[in-house]
Amino acid sequence: MSLLNVQDLTLTLYGASILKQLNFTLEPGEILALTGESGSGKSMTALSLLQLLPDAAELSGNITLDGTNLLRLTEPQLCAQRGGIMGMVFQEPMSALNPVQTIGAQVAEALRLDPKTNAAAAQNRAGAILGRVGLAPEHVPPSRYPHELSGGQRQRVVIALAIARQPKLLIADEPTTALDVTTQAQILALLKRLVREDDMGLIMITHDLAVVADMADRIAVMHRGEIVEQAATSKILKASTHPYTQKLLQAASHMARQPGAEHSRKPLLEVANVQRSYPAKRPWPWIKPPRNIAVKNVSFSLQTGDRMGLVGESGCGKSSLTRAILGLDPVEKGTITLNGKPVWGASSTIRRDLQVVFQDPYGSFNPRHKVAKLIQEAFHLYERPPLREDQEQRTCDVMRAVGLNPDDRGRYIHEFSGGQRQRIAIARALITRPKLVIFDEAVSALDVSVRAQILDLIADLAEQYGLSYLFISHDLSVVRSITDTCMVMKEGEIVEQGSTAFILNTPTHPYTQQLLSAAPKLPKISIGA
Amino acid sequence: MIPYIFKRLLSLLISLCLASIVIFTVVEVAPGDPAAFMLGINAQDDTILALRKELGLDQGKFARYLAWVGGMLSGDFGLSYTYRSPIADMVGERLWVSLPLALYALGLSILIALPTGLYAAAQRGKRGDAMVMGATQLGIAIPNFWFAMILVVVFAIKLRWFSAGGFAGWDDGLFSGLKSLTLPAIALALPQAAILSRVMRSALIETLGEDYIRTARAKGLSKRATLWHHALRNALIPVLTIIGLQFSFLMAGAIIIEQVFFLPGLGRLVFQAITQRDLIVVESVVMLLVFAVIMVNFLVDLAYAAVDPRLRSEA
Amino acid sequence: MKLRGSFLIGLLLSAAIASTALLSFIWVPYDVTVLSIGEKLQGASQAHWLGTDHFGRDLLSMIMVGARTSLAVALVAVGIGIGLGVPLGLAASARQGGWLDELIMRSNDLIFAFPSLVIAILITALFGASAVNAIIAIGIFNIPVFARVTRGGALSLWQREFILAARVCGKSTGRIAIEHILPNLNNLLIVQGTIQFSLGILAEAGLSYVGLGAQPPTPSWGRMLADAQTMVSFAPHLALVPGSAIILSVIGLNLMGDGLRDVLDPKLREAAR
Repeated sequence: MSLLNVQDLTLTLYGASILKQLNFTLEPGEILALTGESGSGKSMTALSLLQLLPDAAELSGNITLDGTNLLRLTEPQLCAQRGGIMGMVFQEPMSALNPVQTIGAQVAEALRLDPKTNAAAAQNRAGAILGRVGLAPEHVPPSRYPHELSGGQRQRVVIALAIARQPKLLIADEPTTALDVTTQAQILALLKRLVREDDMGLIMITHDLAVVADMADRIAVMHRGEIVEQAATSKILKASTHPYTQKLLQAASHMARQPGAEHSRKPLLEVANVQRSYPAKRPWPWIKPPRNIAVKNVSFSLQTGDRMGLVGESGCGKSSLTRAILGLDPVEKGTITLNGKPVWGASSTIRRDLQVVFQDPYGSFNPRHKVAKLIQEAFHLYERPPLREDQEQRTCDVMRAVGLNPDDRGRYIHEFSGGQRQRIAIARALITRPKLVIFDEAVSALDVSVRAQILDLIADLAEQYGLSYLFISHDLSVVRSITDTCMVMKEGEIVEQGSTAFILNTPTHPYTQQLLSAAPKLPKISIGA
Repeated sequence: MIPYIFKRLLSLLISLCLASIVIFTVVEVAPGDPAAFMLGINAQDDTILALRKELGLDQGKFARYLAWVGGMLSGDFGLSYTYRSPIADMVGERLWVSLPLALYALGLSILIALPTGLYAAAQRGKRGDAMVMGATQLGIAIPNFWFAMILVVVFAIKLRWFSAGGFAGWDDGLFSGLKSLTLPAIALALPQAAILSRVMRSALIETLGEDYIRTARAKGLSKRATLWHHALRNALIPVLTIIGLQFSFLMAGAIIIEQVFFLPGLGRLVFQAITQRDLIVVESVVMLLVFAVIMVNFLVDLAYAAVDPRLRSEA
Repeated sequence: MKLRGSFLIGLLLSAAIASTALLSFIWVPYDVTVLSIGEKLQGASQAHWLGTDHFGRDLLSMIMVGARTSLAVALVAVGIGIGLGVPLGLAASARQGGWLDELIMRSNDLIFAFPSLVIAILITALFGASAVNAIIAIGIFNIPVFARVTRGGALSLWQREFILAARVCGKSTGRIAIEHILPNLNNLLIVQGTIQFSLGILAEAGLSYVGLGAQPPTPSWGRMLADAQTMVSFAPHLALVPGSAIILSVIGLNLMGDGLRDVLDPKLREAAR
């Protein structure tokens, strides 16, 4: 008998059909990956298993866990199941822990829910459980509060809470999406180890196909609330049968068609010996606070026609450097010039040549302005802004260039999807025909199939408009696909720079090697007939 | 922890300093010649001069300010112009009516508001919640002095459970003193309790939507246990802010309510002083009121640190 | 756009009070400056819908004229709060942690230590009691309220990427504040405005009650309550009428404010996410 048997699971919420007749099983010690794009229903499936849905949810079908039908249980019985037989790990480690309780107390609370454990025993064992997930009491005492821990450490605590009573089933909903590549590797290794040690079944929910390839024994691909294909990992990766799965796999290993690079030797953006630092918090008002150096002596030169990438994990100084390059913040030491003129306090003529596309397709736009007005923001940079008809014409042209319908320019931003919004962001950046565009994690928030389209768009536009760009990303596969040179940044310094192919295939610096080995890889796939 | 307390203490002292400067400037510097103002239009020049000498107005502003502050720190608030008696004595007695009244009302308000807010949040969307929301909607709109009048009619005049006014004094014991303050405290407390109850409710509802609540449920805690052990303490943080703010309204309200109950508190003193143009008394009473408010806010800041460990480790 | 029932009630109540006040400029049932002792302390009747007070004045007329005072004082006080508080809050939020921010926040905290009653005491001690001084006292206290609300709302907006995009386009801080930040704060300010308006009515009533607000012969609801105090045991309508007027106005405004918050917010939330 399987550990978990889900039959015809159907979920309706506020009249909308969320999950349609799901069927899957899980054996002890097996890792099943539920994968799909946003909106496919993966997280809802997890919440359905734990029965933590909103009150208005209507669930039907069968969920049999270790012989018990979860849909027939009362709430108190379900509480006993949660934590005891099944545990769950969520996506956002930064907000998943109660900020006013110590981590030891939170683990002990989980243990105390077992009727056979009393308070004293729970207290004692809490430290041991934290040790199991890699938080040894000598280094991270249970008396610590969550705000004193890093993201990776907090996620370990969340895992500790989930496995404290050694449940038979563990569900992990995008557990590493918010973490750095190196931390991600550690957490995934931890999960694999726990599955092995406790003979648990693990349902891993993730949109990242490389992670799936690395971790899962079996894959179930979800699309719009249904499981479109489910089989052993190797089978799906080598010989998938469903067109949607094939589309996903293709998009994940998509390489944007890079046009022939025309490299003039003319320097466009020169960054020389740049340093930026921030004051740390001062404990006593009269003590001068120490400064944290975010960017240390960074120098590089981006020439006309270059497509350069900047790779680094969170906290490496990418954002500080980016803001300085965009002229948003001054630098303490060093210079940043565009075409020989400094970017800090730059005149409008300089600013016209330098534009940016940001990461968040939702936060990048003023919700109260129509799309036309959003795209025309940069017209502010002309001493004599173009005439009304000219403005309209150029707006329509650029919208067509990014693949949007010019008739939509009277709409508001909330009427567009994430991918469309990024197209609008690109249109906004291109309206002044800049020479250099900074893409700041521009595709990181997009689904994998949309991401592939936007990368293609960027490559096409670069050729059409003669753009040079600096593409900043934490995702090595994206950098590989869209840049021909790149730099690797760590703790405020550029540790390696050179041609993308060279660096990502044969890295010389130990940090780059570490990044590459930690990143899960999608094996070469062949599309089934 | 120590740096936090130190910073709060520093903040307290700066606020007191600034407040005293503001009060001093408004009362003694702004009107030009306080002595002339106090004596009125028809005063003779030599009377004005005599008063100026008496009040020490011939000295420089800075020296006067320091003398005033120094005096207050040693308990000397000067002489009332109208009564020619030490203000410290007059104020001292009255402070022990107004301050306990405000604190009593604060206690009642918290006692009523927190459980009702909790109940409303737990019953969100159901009848219990609607009832609490309706009651608080009414409570917020009621002027406390009007409510006081109604209470007097019902409980003092018709039912005779309490006296209609006056203060029994503390000499007869704590209980009799509190009894005379009870109706006023209830009148003060209820509108504030209505506000606080809503704040508690919305703070709890917002807390209940946080991620760590989901983690707690996934661990196996029941809804009730989650509310009590996780949501409540986090929800207290915004509630504490409002409690601090409320105290200033309660002090102000206490002064108004004293009129309804004929309580010998700071209210009567200061309103009389205004009509009598006794600026010295006004100055002292306002300083005291502001001092009380700033002190209570300081205590609230300390309470924050007790509840929220993130504030304690400000390193 | 589905309108909640309570929002409608609030809207109706607020409109009723406002129109009563406006109507009083053109017509009142009886002249409130005329005393008619012979008709004193009458209960509700056909001649006097709400009865008369101890001077024989028609209570309905008093309420109508008193509405003017309450609404005018509360409205102008909110105007002062918004007019001065919003720019201060914007300026403070533009450079968080900067000296201007610290200065404005410290000043705010200082004003918060002085409840509007205390400010009123200080002002009236020097300049005498009047409706104008009541407006100033309540208005001064409104300034830090709006400054704090504006700053809070603006702080989260300054970090948003569309503001960065505008800065990359070279727009100055001031221009961004007006073009981008302020329009997105409208909802917040409207809701806070209605709250402060209803609080202003309560504050004005309190000030008039202790004699620090509008002076007789100008009728005000608070003053009516003060007069009613000694007679409340045998003529309760003298207290109930103005009290109900205050309560109904405040409830109406609060319901309207709550409803506005629901009507305005989802659109913004939907737009932002």
